Amino acid sequence: MRLFKRNPDPMGPLDYSRRFWLRATVAVTLFFLYAPIIGLIVFSFNNSRRNIVWRGFTTDYYVKLFNNESLMLAFGNSLTIAVFCTIFSTILGALTAYVLWRFRFRGKAIYEGAMALPIVIPEICMGVAMMVFFARIGWPTGLPWPFNLSAITIAHIAFSFPFAAIVIRARLESFNPELAECARDLGASEFQVFRDVVVPHMKPGLIAGALLAFTLSLDDFVITFFTSGPETVTFPVKIYSMVRFSVTPEVNAASTVLILVTLVVTAFALRMQNRNNMLSNAA
Amino acid sequence: MADQTLSDTPIIQIKNVSKIFGGNVKAVDNVDLEVRRGEFFALLGPSGCGKTTLLRMLAGFEVPTHGSIIVDGQEMSNVPPNKRPINMVFQSYAVFPHMSVEQNVAYGLKMDRRPAKEIKERVAEALDLVKLGHLGKRMPDEMSGGQRQRVALARALVKRPKVLLLDEPLSALDAKLREAMQLELVRLQKTVGITFVIVTHDQSEALSMANRIAVMNTGTVQQVAPPTTLYEMPKNRFVADFIGKINMIEGEATDAGNGEVRVKTGSLGEITLKGTATGKVALAVRPEKIFVDEKQPTDPSLIYVKGKVGEVAYFGSYSNVFFDIGTGTPLQADISNVSSDIEEFTFKTGEEYWVYWRKADTLVLGD
Amino acid sequence: MDNWKTSARAFWAAFAPPTFWLVAFFIIPLSLIWLYSFSSKTGIIDTTLDWNLNQYARALEPLYLGIFWKSIWMAAATTFISLVVAFPVAIAIVFAKPNVRMWLLLLIILPFWTNLLIRTYALIAVLRTNGFINNGLEWLVVHADWLLSFVGLGDNTLIGPFSPLHLLYNNTAVVFGLVYVHLPFMVLPLYAALDRLDRSYLEASLDLGAGHFRTFFSVVVPLALPGIASGVIITFIPAMGSYLTPDLLGGTDSQMIANVIGNQFKGANNWPFGAALSFLLMYATFFALAIRAFLMRKDGRGTK
Repeated sequence: MRLFKRNPDPMGPLDYSRRFWLRATVAVTLFFLYAPIIGLIVFSFNNSRRNIVWRGFTTDYYVKLFNNESLMLAFGNSLTIAVFCTIFSTILGALTAYVLWRFRFRGKAIYEGAMALPIVIPEICMGVAMMVFFARIGWPTGLPWPFNLSAITIAHIAFSFPFAAIVIRARLESFNPELAECARDLGASEFQVFRDVVVPHMKPGLIAGALLAFTLSLDDFVITFFTSGPETVTFPVKIYSMVRFSVTPEVNAASTVLILVTLVVTAFALRMQNRNNMLSNAA
Repeated sequence: MADQTLSDTPIIQIKNVSKIFGGNVKAVDNVDLEVRRGEFFALLGPSGCGKTTLLRMLAGFEVPTHGSIIVDGQEMSNVPPNKRPINMVFQSYAVFPHMSVEQNVAYGLKMDRRPAKEIKERVAEALDLVKLGHLGKRMPDEMSGGQRQRVALARALVKRPKVLLLDEPLSALDAKLREAMQLELVRLQKTVGITFVIVTHDQSEALSMANRIAVMNTGTVQQVAPPTTLYEMPKNRFVADFIGKINMIEGEATDAGNGEVRVKTGSLGEITLKGTATGKVALAVRPEKIFVDEKQPTDPSLIYVKGKVGEVAYFGSYSNVFFDIGTGTPLQADISNVSSDIEEFTFKTGEEYWVYWRKADTLVLGD
Repeated sequence: MDNWKTSARAFWAAFAPPTFWLVAFFIIPLSLIWLYSFSSKTGIIDTTLDWNLNQYARALEPLYLGIFWKSIWMAAATTFISLVVAFPVAIAIVFAKPNVRMWLLLLIILPFWTNLLIRTYALIAVLRTNGFINNGLEWLVVHADWLLSFVGLGDNTLIGPFSPLHLLYNNTAVVFGLVYVHLPFMVLPLYAALDRLDRSYLEASLDLGAGHFRTFFSVVVPLALPGIASGVIITFIPAMGSYLTPDLLGGTDSQMIANVIGNQFKGANNWPFGAALSFLLMYATFFALAIRAFLMRKDGRGTK
């Protein structure tokens, strides 16, 4: 790889990125950004209960993690919620994107502003609002799994579909309206045009939006914290309570697993986004 | 433009300068140049020939890979652009959009830490020089392209640099403005007496404005000469072809002694001419030096050949006529309209004439 | 773009579901909170909507105003530090070669994609009394002492004994954590703003005699200001409304406004008061967004 070939050209006056101090600043910043996380991952293999000093390599705590019933249950809950959230958010996001892209209507600007609200308001405000809402309307508690996760899922969908809408809308901007007109001309109904022409074009955006919704849901803490109960614990919430208790390698192991899942999903999403961009440049 | 008395001591010396990018892309290849004090000098060439890179090395924005640049006796290799006695007018003018015209022009003087009173006077003087005196408080986005260029000129000139660099100054202007600016720049240069170095790809610009022109191609300097010399005595095919229009007839040349060569061509036979190039050469003659006659010429100092009229373009004061002379490439002739007798001056496709020109006007060009 | 009436059925089919969800599960809950903010607590769990402003009045009392102020202050400090750190990084990225640029951006963004809880938790191991920083400093001090006593000075106690720095469970830790979490948020808009700047302005400034710092403050900053403002605001707002970071890294004295709001709903059970505080936080957020919109209107000056 030609990554480390020394640059033979003499340095020009605006070659800032070759100046020592700037390079040093970037290196130090990257070090500070990654060192804590790497430390966390490394110490998840630490053979020590109190996890302060390195005492040897072990994967015991990962074993403990996977045997920890409540933690596994919490992980299962998180995944379930994330899956449902993804499905609904993608659909709702796609519909929103379609409406905003295609139609003019009175009050559209206000509607767009309202759609942006879940993105801009502080999470705590939304979290407590959902908590109050479900309490006041007497949302049933004590339902069997998976229905007991419904409150959390609803809240997740509410705050993630606007994000998905943005991603999908960006993809729609590159759609050539003549394709739809042509389909109509050939006899397709509105629905058929949507299904056969628009949706296929949206696909990279749909996938990117879905992955975004998935990560947002899986990682969420604040909103979940206020809408969950003792029977409906999610993975981040469970980790939170473990962290409050003590710092053990088990928590590190759980964190590492979550990091891995997020990274894999994100890498996939980025690849999809690249295809999104390349395809939109081509189409 | 050659009637200025120029000092002989060079103000810029470019010695063996090369610029190599990424280890193998030679933008500038071993260039040796001198620019004289008070001169209007042009770097001319097609895009990618290295002229802009050379200019930027003069300004200090690129650092030469080899060689040295000396300005007024001072070696420039370790001198950053903000400390050089050189100022530049950028192709996009780069007039700061968040400052007014006056603030733009004053910027360089502020960097020199001149006293406020002096700055005010010099800014007013510079704006008058470029005829923008009344627009000092305007913001750049309220001005036309031509006006912004004059702001950039004033901004650079107010610092009284030893050399002013101009990067394609006329390329962004429309045709009429371009003509006006050509005269304006020459007038300006004579008024302030500073050495100007301009970069351009337009040969008519260079010809009309510069005292001397360096023609460049693929990183090397092909020829440095005043405009008339470049036009009448180009050194090689590239320069001949790049400057103005020219006809080239292929042939083989052998040395004939006495500064002459014998050239064998297809349709013109064997001709002995003044020249030095041997081997594969081109006989070259400019279109305006070609004449026509219905009768065959007999003067031995002329080269003549029978030609059949092909395409004709009528321009009123002259006609651009293409003759088929049997060499494969038509011969272009610019025939002046010296008679108001329409019959005498119209050329019709298929007509045959004797086409001739002086041997003295013929060039023998190698590569 | 069609007028909705041209395909009314398609319009309603697409419009209805998301709007229903938004209204039912977002607008209505928020409206509920809004109503609560005008209510009073009339029992352990009962509240009455009597349209009074008492909750807001209480929210503006010195105690709570102080916490608001502290949150703003800490968010401001976070934003400032992030700006100072992010700028050189953004400059280095903008002027790097294109393929290097992509990798650097990716590296800066990646931590952002990991869970906030985990990132904050990772800092605990770094900042605590027995954490990386303190252990590292201790190592340095011990070895320095040893070196000095080796050359005959001190007897192993010249610099030590090392008393660990209290880096955790205080305001410093919270700001440190907030910067750690929000730094990528600041680098991206700065990078975008600098990337769009036409380089000939920088060259012109240098050509006219300005040094690099002068060029930076006189030319780069004014022209990139809208982008800078954008980055500042989108760092400030989340920092101000931050819940997890002050909760995990802060001491009893480092509570920010989001923690206080949370307490009203989880612990103190004073929903009306919590509602008032929530809305004050939201108004502050909208105000900051308005400022951003105002500053962004000059965006695009000086672009390529």
